[in-house]
This record gives sequence, C-alpha cells and structure tokens, in this order.
Amino acid sequence: MAEIVTEKLCHVYSANTPFERAAITDVSLRIPQGQLAALIGHTGSGKSTFIQHLNALLQPSAGRVLLDGQDINKDKYTRRDVKWKVGLVFQYPEYQLFEETVYKDIAFGPANMKLSEQEIDERVREAAAFTGVAEELFERSPLELSGGQKRRIAIAGVMAMRPEVLILDEPTAGLDPAGCEQVLENIRDYREKSGATVLIVSHSMDDVARFAERIIVFHEGSVAMDGTPAEVFSHAQELVEIGLNIPKAAELALALRKRNIPVPEGVFTHDELLKALLRIREGRPC
Amino acid sequence: MLKDITLGQYFPGNTVVHKLDPRTKILLVIVYIVGLFQANGWAGYAAVTGFTCLCTALSKIRPSAMFKGVKPMLFIIALTALLNIFYTQGTPILPGWIITWEGIARAVQMMLRIVLLISGTFLLTYTTSPIALTDGLELLLNPLKKLKVPVHEMTMMMSMALRFIPTLISETDKIMSAQKARGADFETGSLVKRAKALLPILVPLFVSAFKRADELAVAMESRCYHGGEGRTRMKQLRYQTRDRIALAVGTVFLALMFVLKRFGL
Repeated sequence: MAEIVTEKLCHVYSANTPFERAAITDVSLRIPQGQLAALIGHTGSGKSTFIQHLNALLQPSAGRVLLDGQDINKDKYTRRDVKWKVGLVFQYPEYQLFEETVYKDIAFGPANMKLSEQEIDERVREAAAFTGVAEELFERSPLELSGGQKRRIAIAGVMAMRPEVLILDEPTAGLDPAGCEQVLENIRDYREKSGATVLIVSHSMDDVARFAERIIVFHEGSVAMDGTPAEVFSHAQELVEIGLNIPKAAELALALRKRNIPVPEGVFTHDELLKALLRIREGRPC
Repeated sequence: MLKDITLGQYFPGNTVVHKLDPRTKILLVIVYIVGLFQANGWAGYAAVTGFTCLCTALSKIRPSAMFKGVKPMLFIIALTALLNIFYTQGTPILPGWIITWEGIARAVQMMLRIVLLISGTFLLTYTTSPIALTDGLELLLNPLKKLKVPVHEMTMMMSMALRFIPTLISETDKIMSAQKARGADFETGSLVKRAKALLPILVPLFVSAFKRADELAVAMESRCYHGGEGRTRMKQLRYQTRDRIALAVGTVFLALMFVLKRFGL
C-alpha cells in the first residue's frame, strides 16, 4: 500500500550563495509498508529536512523520492496528492491551530481534499477517537485548551486525512510524561487500525527503544546507522561519539554486565530490564 | 521566498563608515537628503552621485547589495521616468514627436534622484546595526524628552520590532509548511480565495506573536525594566575625531549643493 523509498537524496540550502550548506547528502532508504521506524539524530543532522522531502514540501537538489514506485516530484499534481498520502505532523504542531472550533480545525485537511460533508464528518470523528479528543470539545476553541489537548487535536488534523504514511517530528516534545504516553499510544492505535507506515523523529532514546521496530540514525546529513533497536544500541560507543546516547535501561544493563551480572543482550527498556533482573534474582537462567 | 526580503539588513564590517557614531550617520543622511533635493542640474547630480559612490566605496558594501535594495522600487522608478518623458514640455527630439529633450533629461534626473535617495538611506542601515541605530536615534531625540515625548519607550519599541522581524519570518515559514502539509493552497485561485487562504497563517502567527510579546514583557519586568528613567548604558556613545571630520565633510557637501543650486547648475 505505501512504501517510501529515497534514492540518493541530496538537499542544498541557499544554493549558489555564500550561505550554501548541504543539509542532507546521498540518503538512500527504503521504509516498507506498515513499518514503525524512528529517526534519530542530533539537532542539525538533517532529520527535519529529510522528512519534508517525503511529502514534497521540499524538492530534492538531487535524487528521487518514490512512493509505491512513483516519483512524488513528477509534476505539481503528484506533489499535491502526495500530501494526502503522506501526513506530516510538524514539531509543536499546536502552533498551527487556527480555526474557531476544534471540529473545524480537524476538518481543515479533509476539507482541502474536497471530500463530501458526510465523509469529512466521518473522518473527523474517527481521527478524534484515535487521539482521544472527546466530542464534547468539538465546539470549543482550540486555543483555550491545554497543551496536551492541543497537540492531540493537531495530530488528529493530520490523521483525518487518513494518510498511508504518517510522519511525526518530535510528537512528544514538551509534553508531561502522561501526555507523552498518550500521544505515543494514539500513534500506535492509528497504525494498528490503518496499517499505515509510521516514521517518528525523536530525541528520546528511551521512547524509541520502547516502540520502534527500526532505528535510523542521522549524522551530518547522512545515515550513520540503520537497524533494529538491538542492532543500533549495541553500538553504544559510536552513538556516544556522534553526540547521542543509549537508553537509560541499556546503559544500566551494560554496567551490570561489566559487574558480571548476566543481563542478557538486547535489553533496553525499563520493563525488560526489570523482568530480566527478577529472573536473575529467582536464579532462573534467562 | 520570504528570506529574500532585505529590510534594513545590516552587513557587519570594520570600515570607517561602520565605525562612525550612529548619530553622525543619521545626521549625515538628513544632510544628504536635503542636499539631494537641492540638485536640479547636471553638476548637482554629479556631486551627489560622486558623494554616494565615495561613501559606498569607503563602506566596502558591494554594489550588488546596493542594487538589491533598489530592485523592489524598479517599478516606481520606471513609472516616474515614463511620466516625465511624456509629460514634459520642450523641444521634441523629432518634429511632431511627443517626447522632448527636456523630458528625457528630467526622466534621467528623476531616476537618479530616487536611486540616490534609496542608496543613501540603505547605506545607513547596511552599515549600522539596528541597535546602534535606535541608540543613536534616542540620543538625537533626547531634547524632546523635555516636551514629555516618551523617546526612550518609542525607540525601545522600535528596536524590539526590528529584533523580531527575522523571528516572525521564520515562524511564518514554519506555519506555512505545516498548513501546506494539510493541503492548504496559497498559490492558485482568485484573489479573494487567496486572501482567505492566508487565514490559516495569520491566525497562528498573531496568536504566537501576542504570546511572545507577553512573555517578553514578563521577562523584562522580572529583570526590573521600568522604562528609560535613570537607565545607563553599557556602550556610551562618544563623538570621535572621525565623527567631526565626517560632519565637516557633510557640511561642506551641503554648502556645495546650495551654491550649485544658486547658480542653477
């Protein structure tokens, strides 16, 4: 249904001026349908530039972006249509809310798709359900709600377009732990029910360790590492060298192993570590 | 697209022009404009052009940067030139033609006047940082404080407005991308439709601008800002020898312009 492939993607900002700067160089990735991938990297590593190519907000300086084998930059019609198929939620999306009511704001995307009233209504209710926005809030102004609620409304606004690929730039930034958990839960729900491909940009290794099937590490505009969380976190040293870290639990597991406590490899969430330690205490081999 | 706006952009440098006291530069620009409007003959225009070129050369600002400032005004310049060409009485260049020699001369002079006016003022903003500029302005307007004009507050507002232009531009860029990702279309449709399409940008922009203003006010108050009364500055402005020389040059320039005008040159 929706597979995203980039071929030798390059992007240069302010080309042919003294401020010329290559943001990403030679990024070739394939994100298969239904995968939940995480994109990790330092500030300025090109993550945000990269994701804006996936729905044709930015055009590559060189290389191609393919959605299901079709070049999304073929002409202006494909560039427009790809916005429905690839939903992009920006960082701090609550700053883009503008309508008088929550309902109208969530309906902005579908309305731009020129769907029928009925279809829009259906999608708004569906997206609101995914993100846990109660229908009582529909007639309120989005600007008077709490930060977490605003964030979820903004995400619902993108989900209402029923994108086949959902990309979120730091969806949990600046939320309290409960809010974080809720947003991640909403994203997981959406993916399960729609079968969408999901790509999440994140700073938080702990979050990423918990939900991602695949981790792509960006460094200075190109892919430094790409693999399952177990594979990526086994390169703790390299991660530290490019200014990233490994999840707290993985760090702890590593330290325990050094003290001859046999914590198995591939433990990098709090829950897993807790289970492993309990098993060790009971004297059972892992 | 939005990043191409040069609105009083400052090019840092270390030349004499950069180092002049902002007050000197503001005064010189006033002198320059008064001088420019005295010119009504070729000699006068030549003098102003020469003076502008000299200052530009001293400031080491590239001519291409100067041209970039003039570019947005090209339409008005062209229109002025056209009107002058067609509506000036005199001797036709060919018998029976509407276009006169005087018209052409006037058109060229008008074009020169506008270009020089823009170049002179741009030279000020190119070589003076917005903060220095408002500092200079505040000190120059200081006498007005006696008349209870809130000079400090006004210049503070001005420097804040200048400070937030780049922030607002990048914010607008961000909001535009976000709305485009939701399928907003800013480029096609009738004028009314396009004006309506701006709503999804303007509302969030205003909301965040008000929020930022609020936060800024709180931040300033929590650092005990209470207006200009008794406020001292870290960088005291003092006139130097170079400022006296520059002002002398400015006076000579102005005198020259009046003399040239007197003789109708």
